[in-house]
Amino acid sequence: MGNLEIRDLNQSFPRDDGSRLIVLDHLNFEVSDKEFVCILGSSGCGKTTLLRLIAGLDAAQAGSIFLDGEEMKGQNQKVGMVFQEYSLFPWRTVIDNIAFGLEMQGMPKDERYRIAGQYLDLINLSPFRNSYPSELSGGMRQRVAVARALALDPVLLLMDEPFGALDAQTRNMLQKELLDIWENTKKTIVFITHSVDEAVFMSDRIIVLSPRPGRICRIFEVPLSRPRDRTSVEFAQVRREVLDLINQNCLIQ
Amino acid sequence: MGTQIRNKGKDWWLGALAIILALVVWEFVAAVIIHYPFILPAPTDVLAAFIDFLDDGTLLLDLEASLTHFAIGLGAALIIGIPFGIMMGWNRRLDAFFDPLIELLRPIPPLAWIPFAIIWFGLTAWSAGFVIFMGAVFPIILNTYHGFRNVPRIFVEAAKMLGCTKSRDLIRYIAFPAALPSVVAGIRIASGVGWMCLVAAELFGVSNYGLGSRLWFSYNLHQMDGVVVYMIILGLIGLAFDMVFRYFINRYFLKWQTGEVA
Repeated sequence: MGNLEIRDLNQSFPRDDGSRLIVLDHLNFEVSDKEFVCILGSSGCGKTTLLRLIAGLDAAQAGSIFLDGEEMKGQNQKVGMVFQEYSLFPWRTVIDNIAFGLEMQGMPKDERYRIAGQYLDLINLSPFRNSYPSELSGGMRQRVAVARALALDPVLLLMDEPFGALDAQTRNMLQKELLDIWENTKKTIVFITHSVDEAVFMSDRIIVLSPRPGRICRIFEVPLSRPRDRTSVEFAQVRREVLDLINQNCLIQ
Repeated sequence: MGTQIRNKGKDWWLGALAIILALVVWEFVAAVIIHYPFILPAPTDVLAAFIDFLDDGTLLLDLEASLTHFAIGLGAALIIGIPFGIMMGWNRRLDAFFDPLIELLRPIPPLAWIPFAIIWFGLTAWSAGFVIFMGAVFPIILNTYHGFRNVPRIFVEAAKMLGCTKSRDLIRYIAFPAALPSVVAGIRIASGVGWMCLVAAELFGVSNYGLGSRLWFSYNLHQMDGVVVYMIILGLIGLAFDMVFRYFINRYFLKWQTGEVA
């Protein structure tokens, strides 16, 4: 299961003049099991803050987060995360990066290599098993980061603009690959992006955040079946709808 | 960069030529112009002295004594310096606690400790070791500290998400490997400083044996060729340390850095 529930989440940071900058303002939403949800918003709207709260890397000022009915405090093994920056450990080979979480659980070497090897196959990077991250391209590094997060078999996978730093072609390729992985492993995925195109291509639902303070401006269902065609009229229609909303600063409801 | 490496490999003989030329000029100046071994012994005199020292066994005894001093000093500096650097780099309060003390002790030149080294440890290997320790420990502490302080936050957070949450595990699996290049740089600096301190410590009579003390002893006997023998040996051993150290570290511990543009 991977049912995520966000209740009345608030976050603010102290400013130099003593007042507080409200980043997230009474956020409420739910993500159901095996759903692929994109959180879309311009930079500074608190997307990353939200994801860090769900991950347990920061503590919320008020509100609570439930996973399958249980309130989450701190990091949780059921939650995996793929970061925006390259986060692979450069001193570990690809296979040892993927096996890291299993190693921390105290799993014997043979077994963790066996499991890590399966995820390495899943991302089609088996020939790079013993390479160091510095020998991989940016796209490959993010694929390994996905495999590393999946190796612990989390129910919820958080992704913070994982393809943001990649060129358009690699990005499109990895989007397709991620959808395949999602089909195969059926995780709940919360994916952060500022690209409307990416959100429409990937997700079941799109949660659009308005900037400063971060509020939910609207939640779109994407009515398209997969695989989606970026060039189709229906695709363009959904895109236009989302873009219009963002361009008008969430003023149309 | 590729062409640079290739050129360096192909043009090694240029460097060798320079050394040979220097030896020839040295021999000529010493034997023909100055002609007074006390002012400048010729390479051939030095070679003869070297063979003498080797034959009667003094060179080996001195080498053994100096390496013992160095091992004591650098060993103690590693055992004490690395944990201190880790503690201070990882924990802000320990940093605030120890930092002023260390900053007060650090500027004292290691050689200023020689009187106390002799009083506390007598004329033993330990007193020379102590002076070397005082020279080597601070570069190790400081570099380890900076390495730990600059561990990218993203690595720590990624590790936490993967179930590595205890401080001890984070230090062992994340911070230490991430800081290793900096720690290693500290050890290299420390071994250089330690080697300098070694000569000075022995020179001031902290020890009766050793490369530095023999150098001084030869000077007192006005055997300047002997002085040059020990100067060259000191230089070559310092160089050998550095090369062996770099080779091992790069090969076994910092393999992952190859190809990284840093």
